[in-house]
Amino acid sequence: MGARIAGYGAALPEKVVTNEDFAAYLDTSDDWITERTGIRQRRFGGTTGSLAVAAGRDAMNRLGLTGDDIDFVILSTTTPDQTVPATSADVSNELGTRGAAMDINAACAGFVYALVVARGLIDMGMNRILVIGSDTLSRITDQNDRSTAVLFADGAGAVVVERSDEESFLGWDLGVDGSARPILYCDHGGYMYMEGREVFKRAVRVMIESSQKALKQAGVTGDGIALLVPHQANLRIIEAANQRLGIERDRTAIVLDRTGNTSSASIPLALADAGDAGRLKNGDLVLFTGFGAGMTWASLVVRWG
Amino acid sequence: MDRDEAFERFSDCAIKVLGVTKDQVKPEASFAGDLDADSLDLVELIMALEDEFSITVPESELEGVDTIGKAFDLVYGKLG
Repeated sequence: MGARIAGYGAALPEKVVTNEDFAAYLDTSDDWITERTGIRQRRFGGTTGSLAVAAGRDAMNRLGLTGDDIDFVILSTTTPDQTVPATSADVSNELGTRGAAMDINAACAGFVYALVVARGLIDMGMNRILVIGSDTLSRITDQNDRSTAVLFADGAGAVVVERSDEESFLGWDLGVDGSARPILYCDHGGYMYMEGREVFKRAVRVMIESSQKALKQAGVTGDGIALLVPHQANLRIIEAANQRLGIERDRTAIVLDRTGNTSSASIPLALADAGDAGRLKNGDLVLFTGFGAGMTWASLVVRWG
Repeated sequence: MDRDEAFERFSDCAIKVLGVTKDQVKPEASFAGDLDADSLDLVELIMALEDEFSITVPESELEGVDTIGKAFDLVYGKLG
């Protein structure tokens, strides 16, 4: 007995915000933003719940599933629509899923945390779990702060994890270092604060260490990975990880040029983009790796299909 | 480790990380002006130097480090 990722879905708000849109009112430029982040445009709008419902519905539709087929919803988000109740309760209601639902928050590493938790729930007797990452970071970002406004954006992605005869979850690693709070945080009612260079440095290190642990548990090396799906925060971080993991850019899913950093949504959005482009084949080994405020980190190796 | 040997190893890191040539790595060379290196390139260079020399350079100490010479002095000051 094991578990597999059966399929995926994605959802983005309609409003496109380009680098030029920021250059029109902030002291920044398309070149500066592109050179340092790799981001060219992003989407703003919607609520965490509405985007989560759209991504969840997309995943269910692609797989021909109804709400009755889902017995657990895990919503990874760092921007819930309200304090109480959990946003996943609304999402479950809208999608008509049965059984349980909960939110989890491990910042930008949250989606990979949620995948590992979903795998555990399969062992607890669940059959099919809808795992959604949805965030609306534009709501907690100061749009007049040029250092953060250009980075954070909105979106959602989802996958369905289901019971299977063969095991597809081959190796994982989760971690947290709460002493790193001062370098990346957002207080209630406040805006995102980030010490960019320190986050960059730590992000590269934790992604490598965490990925290597997951790879080791899976019994493979970077050479065996068909697709790396990293958290989409900054292209320069991804390139630094590519080099150190020995996984080239052409085996890496990149969507941040069109989405910016969407926190929990970034990994499933990158996965969906790569899948729709025909870059996922049955039997492929996929490495998910994320890092976020906390700092948190999480990596997972799965066999696709 | 003497200063020349340390600079040699420092120089190898800079060549590799910044994609520059050996003769560009001189004390007065400015990261932004001469080496086309931005703030994230500098962070990557420091990360490589931390690994090379088994040292830790806190982010706060990078304020005002804008030339090869200043970066080397910072690193060399951390060697026992």
